Formats: sequence, C-alpha cells, structure tokens
Amino acid sequence: MWAEIIVTLIKLAVVIGVLFTTVPIMVWVERRGSALIQDRLGPNRVGPWGLLQPVVDAVKLLTKENLIPDGVNRFFYVLAPAIALVVALSTFIVIPFGSDPGLKLFGHAIDGFIVAPGLNLGILYIFAIASFGVYSIVLAGWSSDNKYALMGGIRSSAQMISYELAMTVAVVGVLMSTSSFRLDSIVLAQTGTWWGFLPRWNVFPQIIGAITFIVAVFAETNRLPFDLPEAEAELVAGYHTEYSSMKFASFFMSEYINMVTSSALIVILFFGGWTLPGVAAPSGWIGAILTVVVFSLKVAFFLWFFVWVRWTLPRFRFDQLMGLGWKVMVPLSVLNFVWVGAAMALRIL
Amino acid sequence: MVTYVFLVAALLAVVFSLVTIAHRSPVVNVLSLAIVFFALSAIYAMVGMDFLAAIQLIVYAGAVLVLFLFVIMLLNIRSVERLGSGRPLQAALGAAAAIAIGVAIILVIARQSPSFGSLLPDTGKGTAYSIGRALMTTHLFPFEFVSVLLLAALVGALVLARKEER
Amino acid sequence: MTPATLIPIPYTWILSLSAVLFVIGTIGVLLRRNGIAIFLSLEIMLNSANLAFVAFALEFAARRGVAVALTGQLFVFFIIGIAAAEAAVGLALFIALHRLKETIDVDRFNILRW
Repeated sequence: MWAEIIVTLIKLAVVIGVLFTTVPIMVWVERRGSALIQDRLGPNRVGPWGLLQPVVDAVKLLTKENLIPDGVNRFFYVLAPAIALVVALSTFIVIPFGSDPGLKLFGHAIDGFIVAPGLNLGILYIFAIASFGVYSIVLAGWSSDNKYALMGGIRSSAQMISYELAMTVAVVGVLMSTSSFRLDSIVLAQTGTWWGFLPRWNVFPQIIGAITFIVAVFAETNRLPFDLPEAEAELVAGYHTEYSSMKFASFFMSEYINMVTSSALIVILFFGGWTLPGVAAPSGWIGAILTVVVFSLKVAFFLWFFVWVRWTLPRFRFDQLMGLGWKVMVPLSVLNFVWVGAAMALRIL
Repeated sequence: MVTYVFLVAALLAVVFSLVTIAHRSPVVNVLSLAIVFFALSAIYAMVGMDFLAAIQLIVYAGAVLVLFLFVIMLLNIRSVERLGSGRPLQAALGAAAAIAIGVAIILVIARQSPSFGSLLPDTGKGTAYSIGRALMTTHLFPFEFVSVLLLAALVGALVLARKEER
Repeated sequence: MTPATLIPIPYTWILSLSAVLFVIGTIGVLLRRNGIAIFLSLEIMLNSANLAFVAFALEFAARRGVAVALTGQLFVFFIIGIAAAEAAVGLALFIALHRLKETIDVDRFNILRW
C-alpha cells in the first residue's frame, strides 16, 4: 500500500510541477505571440527575447500590496480565487500524458502516465469538477461590492453554463464511438489509420463535434472571442476588477491552467492523444517518454491556437454570445450526436 | 479506512445541513448545501455507485445550486429573519414533531441486521454501462417521460419568469 | 483473479444519516420564512430520500450477492432529474412573486386568506 501511495504522490508532484511551470511559459508566449500578430516587438528588455518577463511579473504580483477593499464580503472574496485554483488543478488526475509501458516503480505498477488510473469515470469526473468552476466566478463577482464586477460575474457564469451543455453533447459523440468514459481508452481507440494514410483520429469522422467542442471550450475558459466577462474596454476587468496581487495571480493562473486542460482534452478526444499514426509506441521508459513528448507537442500546438485566436478575432457581444451558444452550438452538437449514432448503427464507425 | 471516510463525510453532511437551515445569509446557505452535496456524492462513490456520484455533482451541485445563486444575486435577496423567529411556540412544536419522527425512524433502523455487500473487481466499465443499458431497455418509458417533464419545466420556468408585455 | 473488495459500511448507517438529514430538512421547511431557505431545506429532504434509496440498493445487492443494484440507482437518477426540474420551476415562481410583492417572506403571501 505504501508503494502505491508514494507512486501516486510522485505522479501528482510531477503533474503539478509541470502545470506551474507551464503558466509562466504561456504568459511569455501570449505576450510575444500577441506582439508577433500585432506587428510589434513584445517584451524584450528582461532577458533574451524577454524570456525572464514572466519571472519579473511573478515577483511584481507577489510583492504587491495585498489589498482587501472595504465593502467586500471577506470570506467569499478570499474563497473565490482559491476555488478557481483548486478546480483548475483537480481536473488533471485523469488525463493520460503517455502510453502505459507496463513499468514498475518501487514494486508497484505505474499503470501509465495518469495520476488516477483506476477511475472509470474519466471525463465525467472532469465535467463534475469543472462545473464547480462557475462558483468561483459568481462569488468573485458578487462579493466584490462593485456593479461592474457583479455584471461580469453573472455574464460569465451564464456563458459558462450555456456552453457546458454544448461541450457535453459534443463529447457524447466521442464517448459513443469509444464506449468508455476513460480517457486512456479513448486515446487507444484512435490508434491506427484508415486506408493507410488518414490517422484514425476522432476529428475526421466527427468534425462537427470537434468544432463545437473547440468553440465551447473557448467559451468555458473565458478566452476571446468569448471574453466579454473580462473585457478590458467594456467592464473594467469583469469579475476580477477588485482583485490585486496574489488573488489576481490565482485567477490568472487558473485561467491558464484551464487553457492547458482544455487543450489536453481537445488533443485526447479528437486528435489522438499521444498516438502517432502508423507508428507504434516503443516499449520501456524511452517509448513512454517519447509518447509524452508527442502529447506535449500536440498540446503546445493547441495552446498556441488559443493565443492565435485571441489576438485575431474581435469579441462577441453578450447577446450574440448567448444566441450562438443556445441556437447554434447545441443544435450542431445534437446533430453530431445523431450522426455518430446513425454511423454506428450502419457500422460505418 | 473507508469507514472513517464515511464518518467524516456523514459529519460534514450533518453539520453543513444545519448551517444551511440556520444561517441568515442566503448565499452561505447555498454554499453549505453545496458542501452537503459533495459529502453525499462521496458516500455514493464509496458504495460503488460512481456514475451517480458524478451525476449528483454535475446536476445538483453544479447546475441547480448555481441557479439558486443566480436568483439570489439577481433579486438581491437579503436574509429575512433567524430560524423560527416571531413564533416560538409553533417553532418548538414543529421541531419537536420532526425530531420525534426522526427518533422513531432511527429506532426502527436500529433493529435491522445488515449483510455486508462487496464490489466486484474493476471491469473497466463502471456502473454507467449498466445504468445506460437499463435506461434504454427496461426503463425506457420513465426515461422518455422525464425528458418530456424537463421540457415542460423549461417552458414553465420561461413563462413564469418572463416580464409581462405591456 | 483479484477477490472482490468488501464495502465495510453497513446500510443502516447510511439510512440513519438519511433520517437525520430528513429531520434537519423538515425543521428548515417548518421554521424558516425566507422562501429560498425553504426551498433549500426541501432539497435537503430530497437528498435524504436519495440516500435512503442508495442504502436499500446496497442492501438489496448484498442480499442477492450481485455487485450492483440497478433499480435503486435508477430511482436516484430520476429523482435528481425531477428535483432539477422542480428547482427551475420553483425559482421561476419566486421570481414572479418577488416581482409582485418585492419580498419573498412567505408570511406576506396571504392574499388568499379568508
């Protein structure tokens, strides 16, 4: 039993360490990437190519005065960023980072690069935990004693619960074709190729579901073009208007970690996870590390996609956003669901 | 070990349901109810009903309570009073009646002798598979009926909460 | 073949927890005047009913020697769905009532009294 606990703790430590180092990298990518797209230089004063800029940002956020405004409801004001961060970090325990080479550490089988390999619920667990993320936004907006924050909080949570529906139905298509909730089974079902060259990724037969899921995930993480809740020009800063220093840093970090989770989910559900078409994973530690590298490259591409879309598209107005969520996304994802069902009945999939 | 986790979850559920009924701020009530739902979901998971635990979190804690929070915040509902204020005699009688019923139920329960069940080893499918099959085969009618009921609730809620046309 | 793992929780404990929660919910419904708080106490009562179903499903499965008792879980599934529908309609009612009287103190809704 102790070997199992130690192995799980090591896996947890590795995952959390990787997540917390991804956040500064993403901050740098966002700022240099936005500069690239907007045809200007980004931060280039601190370190070569501004690589130390996130470090300097972190120091600034840490040393800023920890201000709690007068009229706020103190308990919820402090609780909201904590919920955001805990929820963002908790979703990672069911994500498979690499293949399962059947290795043992301290006499206990590692069971693949997942922190919680035995959880049959897989993606349902992610949905359950992510539905708690709405609380952090609502509480932040309400406890801030500021009408802009309240409006931003209400709008953001309305947006999140609307797109949760489209997201879930889009995923149901993948779950039907894989017959399992577990994310490692979903990845394993996407090995191999069709007709020798097309990888058996879920994006090809379920393209509508993939597009719906990607759009819904943009809305879930409050990224542009759905970031009216944080709109700098319209609402000051939405639900985190009254937050500064470490509490703002928690919201900031939780947004980037949610982005990483979303990219990881897009890759696993629709783009084959850690598999490469036509190449079988070599065995042993080298093979496992290689699959982790493949997975990380795919996730990195989608993280760049998030940044790219943010600085390319204009923002949706709130009524356009809600209309899109309910009148376009939900019917499209239901259409995808019907298509997958019909294809499975006709034995195409 | 599982027994201790169950006791902790049960304690959390009882304490926070007391906070839910007694605290004067509606937002604190809603959030303590969320903790109660979390504890109950943990109990469902401990007895092997994992799909139910996930559904409890997704539907109850993640959607219904957020709805409550929205209504509280949009209507700016303040607390109205403390527990049982203004009518102490009726409050005491009501509480006494409820507690008497509870004691009676527990006395009946204490006479049962439980047999201990077991969880079969992990088949990789979980209970979602069996529940899904049952919903589509033996319990198809209630399943379809609940969907019609949800549609009726949706339309009803829209009609009730709509602003009146002048 | 790995042996089955025992669930060391007797169903009577879950049932007693259900009874306690039911009593707490009833006291909340009887004693509070805030409409939302009454609704929340009602949700506690519904959840205690769910717990009772789960407890009996556990015992049913244990007596039959099977791993999972479907009917109990299906009941809970449907109760959760119906409770969600009821919460939606009830909250819409509260919104309409609030629009009418600017309060949700249930003692004030006494227009139908003789």
